[in-house]
Amino acid sequence: MDPRGPVSAAEWLILLNATGIMLVVVGPVIVMTFAFAWWYRASNKRAAYSPEWSYSGQIELVVWAVPAMVVILLAGVEWLGSHQLDPARKLVSAAKPVHIDVVSMDWQWLFIYPDQQVATVNQLVVPAGAPLELTLTSATVMNAFFIPQLGSQIYTMPGMTTHLNLMAAHDGDYPGLSSHFSGDGFSDMHFVAHAVSAAEFAAWAERTRARGKPLDAGAYADLLRPQIAPDPHSFGGLEPGIFEHILQLAAPGGAMQAKVR
Amino acid sequence: MGKLSWSAIPFGQPIPMAASLFVVIAIMSTLSLVTFKGWWPYLWREWLTSVDHKRIGVMYVLLALVLLLRGFIDAIMMRSQLAIAAGGAPGYLAPEHYDQIFSAHGTIMIFFMAMPFMVGLMNFVVPLQLGVRDVAFPVLNAVSFWLTASGALLVNISLLVGEFARTGWLAYPPLSELQFSPGVGVDYYLWALEIAGVGTLLAGINLVTTILKVRAPGMLYMRMPVFCWTALASNLLIVAAFPILTATLGMLLLDRYVGMHFFTNDGGGNAMLYFNLIWAWGHPEVYILILPAFGVFTEVISTFAGKPIFGYRSMVLATMAIFILSFMVWLHHFFTMGAGANVNAFFGLTTMIIAVPTGVKIFNWLFTLFQGRIRFEVPLMWALGFMVTFVIGGMSGVLLAVPPADFVLHNSLFLVAHFHNVIIGGVLFGAMAGYNFWFPKAFGFTLDRRLGLVSFWCWLIGFYLAFIPLYILGLFGMTRRMQHYADTSWQPYLIVAEVGAIVILCGIITTILQLVVSIRSRASRRDLTGDPWNGRTLEWSTTSPPPAYNFAALPRVESLDAFWDMKRKGRLGPLDRYESIEMPTNSANGFITAFFAVIMGFALIWHIWWMAILGFVCAVLTLFAFGWSVRTEETISGEQLALAERARQRTVEPT
Repeated sequence: MDPRGPVSAAEWLILLNATGIMLVVVGPVIVMTFAFAWWYRASNKRAAYSPEWSYSGQIELVVWAVPAMVVILLAGVEWLGSHQLDPARKLVSAAKPVHIDVVSMDWQWLFIYPDQQVATVNQLVVPAGAPLELTLTSATVMNAFFIPQLGSQIYTMPGMTTHLNLMAAHDGDYPGLSSHFSGDGFSDMHFVAHAVSAAEFAAWAERTRARGKPLDAGAYADLLRPQIAPDPHSFGGLEPGIFEHILQLAAPGGAMQAKVR
Repeated sequence: MGKLSWSAIPFGQPIPMAASLFVVIAIMSTLSLVTFKGWWPYLWREWLTSVDHKRIGVMYVLLALVLLLRGFIDAIMMRSQLAIAAGGAPGYLAPEHYDQIFSAHGTIMIFFMAMPFMVGLMNFVVPLQLGVRDVAFPVLNAVSFWLTASGALLVNISLLVGEFARTGWLAYPPLSELQFSPGVGVDYYLWALEIAGVGTLLAGINLVTTILKVRAPGMLYMRMPVFCWTALASNLLIVAAFPILTATLGMLLLDRYVGMHFFTNDGGGNAMLYFNLIWAWGHPEVYILILPAFGVFTEVISTFAGKPIFGYRSMVLATMAIFILSFMVWLHHFFTMGAGANVNAFFGLTTMIIAVPTGVKIFNWLFTLFQGRIRFEVPLMWALGFMVTFVIGGMSGVLLAVPPADFVLHNSLFLVAHFHNVIIGGVLFGAMAGYNFWFPKAFGFTLDRRLGLVSFWCWLIGFYLAFIPLYILGLFGMTRRMQHYADTSWQPYLIVAEVGAIVILCGIITTILQLVVSIRSRASRRDLTGDPWNGRTLEWSTTSPPPAYNFAALPRVESLDAFWDMKRKGRLGPLDRYESIEMPTNSANGFITAFFAVIMGFALIWHIWWMAILGFVCAVLTLFAFGWSVRTEETISGEQLALAERARQRTVEPT
């Protein structure tokens, strides 16, 4: 509830529409259950009793047709919605998209901004009103990346990438979390997505790049140590190809990351 | 002794230690009571070695009820944890303990509560409804039951010795791989399910064979009660789906024990292969559980409305349609994998199509009530509670089948509320309806009606209190399996859910009370007719409890609702003469095989290789020994049958 982006708004609309379509049938069924059970109680002498009646072609037709029609209607909503809101589908916008590579780790989130040459942990800073093009993977076990108010969650899987497109319509702080159980530190795998103006975003990236230490192999090895709820921090400068490196480490045939447990 | 040492017992942790001590004391006191009273010979002769499908059915249900308690204790511990662990509060369960509890809760409730309950009801009822004397393979039936019990025992041993899995009830890799879960917890999970899974598969083969090949004369397919049809579909699903489970868990075992790479991150493994395989079993499993419940509701509604089921052919068609479709929807459990729009849309569509036959069933039950003469006995109350509750669960299920909606609801408490809605509101309500409905048939006396109604209302109200808040929290974005949460605005909802769990606890206590009170007052609630509900199908045509051979002479079936038809035509009297019959003798095979299976499973979990080999060899030898046993059947003569039938007639006559 409380959607704050075009994706989540569209998803909530579909959810409400589908519920409404189904309630048209489900509501009467519940009412009929109560009504039939009450009226045809054994003690009601006015109620008809047809001890042999067990077939009616017309009613049979209706009981197959009603659910079938509801499903046909819903299927239309479902088919169109699945395509329009495919997480990999890019959002149409005049604003320049921001690319972010997301890595789930035990138990923290690493966000890499290849264009801005910065990286953050447990804190996502994005420009409001610009499409976010996320590429996601995991350094260890599976997780799912989810910012409820912005919409669509998606799995992060080691050695594989998924793609997710989101947008924050307005400035604000939106809580994010992992929604796929990943072990003891799972409950603390949350972060905040700060949506700020485009100018503030650019200033933030500039500041972070200038101030932070770079995300190189050594810094990444430190991040691989399992830790629960580390404070948000950031890196300025990226080792070239760091995301591909992470992907390779966990990729089929690649050397597995250092034994960390 | 492999990895086993004294450090495996959690002396330092008060909660598991107290729980396991309680269990040990309960088991010990039961065993000593049995020894002290000298009940062992009776138990051994009449129950432990019984191959009677009715006895085995009762033992399945008893197993289910005991593990319902265990699973529920896990549930109420989780609810209590979440009711207090808001903001910065850690609650009283550490994550490593909480993770075991939700994993055990799911595993136990599905594999060792819902499954045995449904298999038990089918075991007890199906041969009686088909008008035959036993299942196709009576000894195999005992083996199936005891293997299921072995799995349940292994899961519960993990409470005291070692730990249980911390990976959720489906043990998704890579988390469940050795690298991330090096302890014995996942091994307990895997071996318990491998052993119980073999038992379930054998039970499925047995019932499929029974329904296809062993029916009373005249019991054509289109004269079978709907419960038998749903049992057929359910057991066909078991036969088709359980090998997938066994193979999938087997591959994970190979990864963990011999370093293979089916689902690992490295060496070419892929965890999503496991997701696909486990749900290729997992979704049919949902229907393995719910279809027999649909069958129970059909029998109950038809009986207490005093009418044949409306649209019998539609019911059969709908059942078989669900059977086929249930194999075509597995991907809806992971739409968020990023499979692409067409794949997601396809599986969303197939999922919705299942709503059509399910909707037809709901309407057919409605029109069975229509112009009926409805008696509000306990089983019917469960059925009515089901109809109202299940359509809500079905609606939330179809919502989750819409991929864009699933993208915001997947893995949230909305999903948790949805599947509890269909499993409690469907499977458990069905199990309780069946338990109250067929109890008088099994034991010859009825269950207390008043306490039965109290139990029903507690479960119904408790369910809504416990799960409506979870639906709402899911919409707020609260995800499942969290041990604590930062957002304190969620806490009031979780406290309401905790209250709901307590109301359900009252329902469970009332169920136990109902059983105790009914047993104590059984003299006054004896049912001598064998037909306490004015039943329609053949199980009501014999005595309660039925003799070991069920029917002295096999009934001749001339229509649907065969017993109703017989009552109307007045063909109930004893025959002039009876053919002698052959019944299988008792066999300790199942019990002994299962005993060695537990030894083998335990040894494999702890890497005690010599003991594992010993257990395996002995289990196999037991099976062979049965193969060579000479006397497996005994004859009951026609004269004995005639005497018994006349004696029975005299007890029925005065009414």
